[in-house]
Formats: sequence, structure tokens, C-alpha cells
Amino acid sequence: MVNDPVTWIFVAGVLLLLGVATTVGQFLKGQPESGIKSADVETFNRRVRVWWLLCSLLAAALFLPRSVTVVLFGLLSFWALREFITLTPTRLSDHRTLFWVFVLFTPLQFVLVGMGKYDLYSILIPVYGLLFVTARVAFSGDPKRFLERTAKIQAGLVLCIYCLSLTPALLYLDIYTSKDLRLLNEAQQNPTQFAAPAAWGKNALLLFYFVFMVQMSDAFQYIWSKILGKSIIAPAISSTRTWEGLIGGVGSTALLGAALCWATPFNEWQAGCLSFVIALVGFSGGMAMSAIKRDRGVQDYGTLVVGHGGVLDRIDSLCFASPVFFLLTKTFFTPG
Amino acid sequence: MTGPLIALMAKLISGASARWVDCQPNTRQRVYFANHTSHLDSLVIWSALPSYIRVLTRPVAAKDYWGKTRLRRYLAGRFNALLIDRRDIKVHQSPVDMLLREISNTDSLIVFPEGHRSAGEQVGEFKSGLYYLCKKRPDLEAVPVHLDNMNRILPRGEFLPVPLLSSITFGPPLVLEPGEQKVDFLTRARKSLLRLKDV
Repeated sequence: MVNDPVTWIFVAGVLLLLGVATTVGQFLKGQPESGIKSADVETFNRRVRVWWLLCSLLAAALFLPRSVTVVLFGLLSFWALREFITLTPTRLSDHRTLFWVFVLFTPLQFVLVGMGKYDLYSILIPVYGLLFVTARVAFSGDPKRFLERTAKIQAGLVLCIYCLSLTPALLYLDIYTSKDLRLLNEAQQNPTQFAAPAAWGKNALLLFYFVFMVQMSDAFQYIWSKILGKSIIAPAISSTRTWEGLIGGVGSTALLGAALCWATPFNEWQAGCLSFVIALVGFSGGMAMSAIKRDRGVQDYGTLVVGHGGVLDRIDSLCFASPVFFLLTKTFFTPG
Repeated sequence: MTGPLIALMAKLISGASARWVDCQPNTRQRVYFANHTSHLDSLVIWSALPSYIRVLTRPVAAKDYWGKTRLRRYLAGRFNALLIDRRDIKVHQSPVDMLLREISNTDSLIVFPEGHRSAGEQVGEFKSGLYYLCKKRPDLEAVPVHLDNMNRILPRGEFLPVPLLSSITFGPPLVLEPGEQKVDFLTRARKSLLRLKDV
């Protein structure tokens, strides 16, 4: 990985882009008469700072053991869940259910991911976790708004823990290019005639590519909305998300994704399609999280308890995109 | 385990972010008074103070909780708690003199003038202890401290905390005006605390 020129080119490209974004942001900050609202510049600069953080995290993943990446994503998930549950009003009788969610399911999910136990981590939360929450809330003996309370805790568990945990799980897949996958198939049928090809092997780079594409799709849809945005999709949910932003953002992401396919095990078409799906699902994730926030009447998760950063505001699209990307990669690019 | 480690643990579990509104951290003698929603309150406020103030600050904590097991007694000792038996508080046997003796001329106090934990978001009426503290020591500054969301982290009757997020707001200090009546002072103090909810 460290000696791979493709990885270095990709990292250098991302660093260059971040450098340009930082320079532009700082330049605009010093130009109050540029015609751009200072609040927009401030938002932009804040986003750039988060991108630096995420990218340094992923760059570290290229050089450190993969278990370190799992732990870092575990901490990120944990923080997201804290914000989610803090935002969601729960009743005091839900206390012990929440205790197990935080103390048992959250760490266990990431331990299983770190052990590469796909059979267990893919169902721990969707099956055992959801059943446990339902039953434990019933055992608390408080029937008031039972289904609503159960659903809130389940949503937090699935969105913040399960979905996010599938991002570092990418590191543990045996990924092959389509061509190698065919060769592998033949080799398995005729072990004497064909040698089995090696797995692609640069999973940390794919992880970097994926998170980068999600962040870029956020940026693209924001830019398209600013330039062309007229038809707001759902004014009561989000006042900034427009159809123009969605179409432009998804299109640009697909093109960029295809153009960067050399950093992935996919060809142009595959990378383009996957980026298309990532952008679409990520956008939907942003919409869903906005809906939750509006329901609670808050602007950002960060302002909910004063003084906190709002991790969930930044990773809402990642939460939705990561299970989809993981499962598509697993279905089509790993041996059966 | 030492003080700084306990403070770090408390910060991690409570996810508390401290804000100082019209008030600066200072080593002069103060009475921090806060709304009481959880057994962790005293520990969390103490942890939120800068370390050079922390060593000079003594939180008042309930003896029936913090004195109950060996671990809790040990922790309470490490965060400098003054354990008070709430059942023993009577008009003629108030702990005010004991508290003033303990802090002498150096330390600050963290008190909960509601006397008991409120069930939810409401802040109950203040007991008179805060007034007598300030009356006997008019040089003490009373600093309102508002705790938000602590009651969900460790609610009444539970012994295991859920690590959600909370916030602690320190407000502008009050002093007892010469000739100010007990009711007036306690009302003023309570209002100054409630006001911090919305800043």
C-alpha cells in the first residue's frame, strides 16, 4: 500500500484539492466586498475544516493497521449516536434499554467488524438489536407510546451504528476486479489449468475513494443548488435542497467517480454507476436527517446541546451511503 | 485513581461542554449553585472547572448516595466532596456552619439549593441554605450554574449512566446586597439560574 504509486497520486490529488479549497476559503474571508455572503464563506470554511479532519483520518487508515480505522469509526459512530439520542426525547423508562444500546451493541458491532465476522456483524443489529430493543422497552413496564419509543431507539441504532460500521467493514472484503472474478471462477472450476488471481488488495484506498465521493457529492449538490437552484424539493424539510442540486450533484459525482476509476477495482462504467448510487442515497440520507431535525424543531444537531460540534450534521449522507456501497461491492466484486 | 483522571472520566461520560456567560473562571471564593437533576451533578460541575480552580473547590454531595459503597466513598474523597446527610438537616442544625468551616478562607463550594433532585426540567423553590451561606460570608460570590440534560444521563433511581451529551452554563455572579431579605435573594438567585436556560 505504502509503495503503491496510485495511492500516492490519489492522496496527493485530494490534498491538492483541499489546499485549493482552503486557499479560496481564506481568500474570500479576506474579501468582504466580493459579493458573497460572509455567512456562506464561514459555512464553506467550516466544511473545509471537517474535510481536512476526515481526509487525515482516512490517510492514516492507509498506513495504520485496519483495526485502528475500525476503532476510529467506532468512536465516530458512538458520538453520532450520542447526538441522535440526545436529540430524540426518550422517556426515563427507556434508560436501561439505552444503556445496553450504548454499552453492549455499539462496541460489539465494531468488535465483530474488526474480526471480519460478516455473518455476525451483518445481522447483530438488524435482527438481535432490534428485537432486543422492542423487548427491553416492553420489560420496562411503561406502555406509553410504546411503538414510537421503540422506533426512535431502533432508528438511532441502525443509522448511527449499523450503517456507519459498514464503512470500515470494506477493509475486510476480498475485492476482485470483474475480470479477476471471472478468472477466479474458472480457476475454481478447473484448478489444474488456471492459477487463481490475487485479490485487488487496496481496500484502504477504496475506503478513501468512497468517503471522498460522498463528501464531493455533498459539495456538488450544494454548488449546483447555489448556482441553479429554484425548485425546492420539500420546503418544510430543507430550504436549501433543490431538484437542480440533486440532478446536478448526482450527475457531477457520477462523472467524477468514473474519472477516478483508476483508484478503484472498478472500470469507468462501474465506478460511474456506483458513484451515481452513492450520491443519490447520500442525498436521501441528508433529507431524512433534516426531517428528523425539523420534527424536533432544531437547525443543526450541533446546536441542540449548546457547544457541541454536530458530527451528525456532517456524516448524515455517509450513514445512508455506506451500507449501500458496501453491499453492492460485496455482491458484485467479491467471490460468492 | 487521581483527581484529573476522575474529572476526565466524568467529562467523557456526561459529554458535558462548559460555557462561561458573563463570568470568568476565578480562584476567588465562590458558591456555585446549580439545579439538581442527577447524582452526577456535583461531580460533573467539579470536573468542568479548570484544574487550578478544581483543587480549590468542594462539591456538596448527598451522603446517602456517595457514602453508600466503598467505591463511591473513595471517588467522593478524590473529588473533594463534602458529604451531607440530607435527613439530618433541621432548622437548628443546619450544615451551613460546617460548610463554612470546611472551606475556610480558600475554597469554593458547589451547592444545590433545591435540596433534592427535581424530577425533570423544572427547577424547584430554593431552600434557605444559600442565603445563610452568603449572609454569614458576604464576600462570597454566588455563581449560578445551569445543567442541561443531566437527568437523562443518570435519572433518579438508576445506577448506571447512559453517555449522552449535556451542557453546563456558568452565569454572572451575584452578591447578597446589604439588607436584602431572604425571600428576595433566593428569588433573585433562582431567576438568575433559570435565565441561563435560554442564553
